[in-house]
Amino acid sequence: MRTPILSGVGLSKSFGPIEVLHAVDVDVCAGEVHALVGENGAGKSTLMKLLSGFHQPNRGEVVLDGRTVRFRDSNEAEAAGIVMIHQELNLVPDLTVEENVFLGREPTRLGLVDRRAARRATRELLDSLRTDVPVTRRVRELSVSQAQMVEIAKAVSREVRVLCMDEPTDVLTGRETEVLFDLVRRLTVSGVAILYVSHKLDEVQAIADRVTILRDGDKIGTFAATDLTPADMARRMVGRELADMYPKKLPPPADAPVALEVERFDVPGFATGATLHVRRGEVLGIAGLVGAGRTELFEGVLGLRPGHGTVRKDGRVVRWRHAEDAKHDRVAYLTEDRKGKGLLLTKLLRENLTLQSLERFAHPFVNRRAEQAALEQAVKDFDVRVARLEVQAAALSGGNQQKVVLAKLMLTAPDVVILDEPTRGIDVGTKRQIYFYVAELLAKGVAVVLVSSELPEILGLAHRVVVMHDGVITGTLEGDDLDEETIMAYATGLRRDAPPTTTEAPRVRV
Amino acid sequence: MSASETAPAPAWRGRLRRMPWQQLTPLAGLALLLVIGSMLHPAFLSPTNLFNVLTRAAFIGIIAVGGTFVIIGGGIDLSVGSMAAFLSGAMILIMNALHGGTISPLGVVLLGVGIVLGSGLLAGAANGLAITRGRIEPFIVTLGTLGIFRSLVTYLADGGTISLNFALRGVYRPVFYGYFLGIPIPVWVFAVVAVVGAIVLHRTRFGRYVRAIGSNQEVARYAAIRVARVRTLTYVIQGLCVAIAVALYVPRLGSASAGTGILWELEAIAAVIIGGTALKGGSGHVWGTVVGAIMLSLIGNVLNLTTVISEYLNGAVQGLIIIGAVFLQRGRQGR
Repeated sequence: MRTPILSGVGLSKSFGPIEVLHAVDVDVCAGEVHALVGENGAGKSTLMKLLSGFHQPNRGEVVLDGRTVRFRDSNEAEAAGIVMIHQELNLVPDLTVEENVFLGREPTRLGLVDRRAARRATRELLDSLRTDVPVTRRVRELSVSQAQMVEIAKAVSREVRVLCMDEPTDVLTGRETEVLFDLVRRLTVSGVAILYVSHKLDEVQAIADRVTILRDGDKIGTFAATDLTPADMARRMVGRELADMYPKKLPPPADAPVALEVERFDVPGFATGATLHVRRGEVLGIAGLVGAGRTELFEGVLGLRPGHGTVRKDGRVVRWRHAEDAKHDRVAYLTEDRKGKGLLLTKLLRENLTLQSLERFAHPFVNRRAEQAALEQAVKDFDVRVARLEVQAAALSGGNQQKVVLAKLMLTAPDVVILDEPTRGIDVGTKRQIYFYVAELLAKGVAVVLVSSELPEILGLAHRVVVMHDGVITGTLEGDDLDEETIMAYATGLRRDAPPTTTEAPRVRV
Repeated sequence: MSASETAPAPAWRGRLRRMPWQQLTPLAGLALLLVIGSMLHPAFLSPTNLFNVLTRAAFIGIIAVGGTFVIIGGGIDLSVGSMAAFLSGAMILIMNALHGGTISPLGVVLLGVGIVLGSGLLAGAANGLAITRGRIEPFIVTLGTLGIFRSLVTYLADGGTISLNFALRGVYRPVFYGYFLGIPIPVWVFAVVAVVGAIVLHRTRFGRYVRAIGSNQEVARYAAIRVARVRTLTYVIQGLCVAIAVALYVPRLGSASAGTGILWELEAIAAVIIGGTALKGGSGHVWGTVVGAIMLSLIGNVLNLTTVISEYLNGAVQGLIIIGAVFLQRGRQGR
């Protein structure tokens, strides 16, 4: 066994009174890819941030080249060759590739920035990574994967020894992921150690040498990647909870009417010819890779962005030009962008809760007492954990924020609910609560559309699954076809049904 | 359950904690000016002088109430001064044209007021629609209409002054110079506009939507709010407020020229900002704007009463107060 470059010994971390990481040991050697896997909230990003100086451990120590180090911040870690690439890329959009790579340490000549030298060095760097990103292009004009290459080039230019990557393929297409993996392999050959956080277990198996599995802040174990199948990893990640994580899947009543139908719907630039339907008491899963156009399709259907095609609600053709039109037809959409589109972060919970159904509280003057009562009820119904009610939405944790957004939607009394990544960035316990809430909705005859990138969630809840790839529905799966491999085959475009078979005629079936 | 039991106490405590900074800064400034003024001149606190201050504050104050809606909604309206000048000129020309016909002078004045209010709505709607339907920055649109309205009034006046017919002036005069229950009419109008504005902003759905949009337009859109409609309406309200100010201003001088309403837009924006409304939108109070407008008017009055600082430095003192007010407000945000 090689000696590790960087290791963590007994690392613990608390945020406030809650310890999120309990005495975890981990190490990474030169030339290896060490993956950290676990559910959201398992502590994998926290562990990575402790190793790269973004957080400081409450207990335990970080050891670099056999010596204990205490990084006061990420800059000190970077100076020591430990560089982290964040999920949200850290580039200045209006500067060129070359300006970004050398930002803060521009080569100078006679006191002026030596652009020629910077450009030459950047080009050599990108050539060595074998990427063809144009160095004089502004970062704004690059694709996400190209921007990520620039981020990696920036790291490499700082003589990186340990590269920490947090969910790097989240925003990449399948082909772009391959390019990234090629690059990762070349970096390891040159002796760089890679610490790799991902929830895509098949990718972890493909790229990692060793895998450390975390669950609820505990280390379950470190394994050679060849010893584990993705299913093994998943089982160890979730532990015994897996069985009761999801409510019992009850089939919708045989005569359940179709609540929402979408036929040959186009959202220019994102989705083409989408046809699907969902029945009352049914969960329709929408699977696909990031960038497949799932969010955009439903935003188009709801009138939140331009789109055209036929939409029927309860059999009646509707045209929704604004979200307000959809609201009147009792259709609600939970955005995937909770902080950017779901909550007024600087406003009180009360104002957030009633924003979408304010007409119920204003006759014509807004009745704050009624709003307050609704808030108290929502806090009870949705189990929002909050010390006091008079706080800004920003003060809540992600899971509690999501509950408030959900409560806000439900105040409009929808009978079709479209949930877009409802558990993104949410702890396991809250996830489970949301899954059971979905089951309650079904029992009331609500139709649920679940857009999710987490396959376990889709498999655990959905009765049928529509899979999208590159803006097109490649298949609609149900029954025995519902498993991860089949969904992934459709999501990556390896398999696709001919359009006529995806255009199920719901009336014939009922 | 436990949450609802523990809620009331922290609620008032939280409110108390926010109170001194967020809400009292403008009032403290106002009190300070009153103290300074009363020390400088014995006549300062006389009802005559204070009514004079309030009457002068009414023009900017009424416009600024409309500006409060626009700014809280995340917009800005630079055209209000020019719009006031244009509406004044157009109103006088229309009334002069109507005079001498079959309509009595009183009828002409009433008709003139009605027309100017309608025109204000239209002018505001033009700004609002260009911004929301045309998807152009509010700063650009209203900078454009600032120029358009200003040059239109210059054109209508042919470079000179538009004067109201003498007979009509006699009828119209009391609207500015008259009293009702011992209080000048413009002060009454100012009060009514402020109260109605405060109710609309703080107690209605529309007001809540304006704040939501100013806080985060996307969140508002996803919450099924008709963002474009609400934003357009804030400019319509602004236009209406300008028209109300014009209806009070025309009887004061009975004329309009290319110089009418110069820099009113900046005074109105200043009143809104001094009153504690965030320039980036999302939060603010109508009563703060009222205090802001009165403060601006008081500064001029105090400088008039004293020889320590030349009244020609009025603008400089106002400028310092605006910067100081924003500095104090930033302090409470903990940055």
